Amino acid sequence: MNATRRQVLKGAASAGLVGAAVAAGLLQPGQALADWNSAGFNATKAADALAAIGAGSAVDSKDITVKAPDIAENGAVVPVEVTTTLPNVESIAILSEKNTNPLVSQYTLTDFDGFLSTRIKMGATANVRAVVKAGGKYYTAAKEVKVTVGGCGG
Amino acid sequence: MAIPMKLRASNGEIKILVSHPSENGLRKDAKSGQVIPAHFIKNAVVAVNGKTVMDASWGGGMSKDPYLAFKVRGMKAGDKVTASVEDNTGDKGSAEAVAG
Repeated sequence: MNATRRQVLKGAASAGLVGAAVAAGLLQPGQALADWNSAGFNATKAADALAAIGAGSAVDSKDITVKAPDIAENGAVVPVEVTTTLPNVESIAILSEKNTNPLVSQYTLTDFDGFLSTRIKMGATANVRAVVKAGGKYYTAAKEVKVTVGGCGG
Repeated sequence: MAIPMKLRASNGEIKILVSHPSENGLRKDAKSGQVIPAHFIKNAVVAVNGKTVMDASWGGGMSKDPYLAFKVRGMKAGDKVTASVEDNTGDKGSAEAVAG
């Protein structure tokens, strides 16, 4: 087997995503992936999820806008846009506060240019909340979305 | 099993679309009444010219076929953009694109 192919396969099999990405030249060695925050993702109350990601005392900020529909046609696919003018954004978390597990996603960011858009599930009418860590501090904003048919299945 | 995904990068914006059921482990199968096991993307990493610009942790609350778009500073036409995902069963996917 050719040495390069062996190295790629070895990286992919043994070291998981980081190894595979490094072996394939996708990541510089030494850049670690963010750990998956089990306490955050498994929390069933929004306050607990926020505490688990370190954002328990996030302050409301007008420099963050959460754009989402007033009424979600389909609770399984709710488009959410987060825009912010805060400088030095390090991370963003998105929560749907009445979901069985409110924490939906967390993003660690470099060179972030103020715009992020995704699609989430919502189980019931609730605030969709963005928590932005910028310059070492946590800021937050939310948008209420009314949900007629919940998309979480629980 | 490789997870299919699409990656686009242009005008300072990167978009990824992952083909994945994104089951949160709460849904019951309509016929059998059994809970459908959790099966969702856990991590997604995007890099521009080898530098990580986004490292995401996702849960089952992401919609089916997870979609993400975000803007990054300093990405120029011709930059090499790469994306990798891994789900909670260990399946992986990746894609490359040249920024436009």
